[in-house]
Amino acid sequence: MPDEITERVLHVIADAQRLPPEKVTVDKTFQELGIDSMDGVSLLFALENEFDINIPDEAAKSIRSVQDMVDGVKAILAHGGTLPHAAETPAEPDAKEPSAKEPNEGAPVA
Amino acid sequence: MRRVAITGAGVISAMGKTAGEFWANLAAGRSGIRTIKTCDTSMLRFKNGAEYTEFTHEPYFSDKQVDYLDRFAQFAVIAAREAVVQSGVTWTDDLRERTGIVTGSCTGGQITEDLGFRDIYEFKRNRIHPLSIPKVMGNAGASQISMEYGIVGPAYTVTTACSSSAHAFGQAYWLVRNGVVDFAITGGSEAPFSYAFLKSWEAMRVVSPDTCRPFSADRTGMVLGEGAAMFTLEPLEDAVARGAEIIGEISGFGMSADASHITVPNPKGAARAMRAAMADASIRPEQVGYVNAHGTATRANDISETLALKDTFGEHLKRLPVSSTKSMHGHGLGAAGALEAAATVMALQHGILPPTMNYREPDPECDMDVIPNVSREAKVEYALSNSFAFGGLNAVLAFRNPLVRG
Repeated sequence: MPDEITERVLHVIADAQRLPPEKVTVDKTFQELGIDSMDGVSLLFALENEFDINIPDEAAKSIRSVQDMVDGVKAILAHGGTLPHAAETPAEPDAKEPSAKEPNEGAPVA
Repeated sequence: MRRVAITGAGVISAMGKTAGEFWANLAAGRSGIRTIKTCDTSMLRFKNGAEYTEFTHEPYFSDKQVDYLDRFAQFAVIAAREAVVQSGVTWTDDLRERTGIVTGSCTGGQITEDLGFRDIYEFKRNRIHPLSIPKVMGNAGASQISMEYGIVGPAYTVTTACSSSAHAFGQAYWLVRNGVVDFAITGGSEAPFSYAFLKSWEAMRVVSPDTCRPFSADRTGMVLGEGAAMFTLEPLEDAVARGAEIIGEISGFGMSADASHITVPNPKGAARAMRAAMADASIRPEQVGYVNAHGTATRANDISETLALKDTFGEHLKRLPVSSTKSMHGHGLGAAGALEAAATVMALQHGILPPTMNYREPDPECDMDVIPNVSREAKVEYALSNSFAFGGLNAVLAFRNPLVRG
């Protein structure tokens, strides 16, 4: 008997993808359920709303199955609703030259 | 069919306020990507964009004029002015009737719309500024340019997401080539930095939390950019006859639709558009010496584009440099095609191919010569500029340096 969180995740997936609930079980991959990459992004949105959590982009990239989604949601809930990730610490844009805040006027071109 | 020359270029962007600054920074590999300041990014997963943060309207428009102009239209007019000045064209009533304007933009005056709608929804005001519609409409750039010069010929705006200004450029090219007009102003503009719009991009999970690394194995997505690039086009014969400076030649335009997925690109569609551009230019793949890639640095595009380039160029790809200047000017959305046309035209003109910046690690699925991190001297006759938009609408422009014999 799946736990409450798993039930809710299955329900969100079935609802968002308009699939009969009995088709959406924890053993299924996204491919088996006909869920493509854009659908996957939409599902993350639905899960964030359902559980009031924040799913970071890196976590999103590795989710490929219903079980991945259940595990991911549980991990985030256990961490208080969000996971630390690179995007939460502002990263300075990487540039070999100093940042172009004042683009060099009239720099000689070969 | 008449050959069509490019006789003026204007660019305003995070890379600088003129085409000259844009080119100098491109060639030197100086990126315009920086921390976004015009929006509060504290609740956004990304903080960076190619934003022209220091931009103010004062050098360009009176306060009264700017009442009528969203930021995206300001950019359009400024870039058009620079191009027209460079062209040295003399306006006559006859020419004004025989001039066309085709611009591109994804979202038009969405900053104005955003502010106005907040007044209504958030601040519960019962009225919105009466100039909202004329400022927001996607054609505002084309209209304002026509008013600036009294141009009364065919004028319109094309919207095809990230391919908008490439489609616009191609359409303007064909208008001149087919003799519908004798002069054209074309290009695109975009001002995407408003909070909810950035949130919309965040939701797609394709925006990088650090910077834009096209084709690099460790790339993490795209970076948005703003600005405008505009060009003047005219029959090559006319340009030569009046002693205009020929900064380049537009020699082909190809289009296709993927008919595949609303966001994921399809390499077959892209290859079809590149072949169409070369067919329109009457050139063989082996004649192309440089490709300015769509190169958004998303996982999907860079792989798909590499497959498309392999399909199109075969063995020749091993000798064909392909770089993405989005690594420096960001993804200008409706202005992207035009910014990249500027990069390509100037690369041919100056004999320097701009680099793909921020490149750290080769990706076996993007195994091409991407001109990593340092620009390269090369005399190239023909180049392609690729734009592969959401919704699978592809536009490819073929440019030529008429002074180089292949």
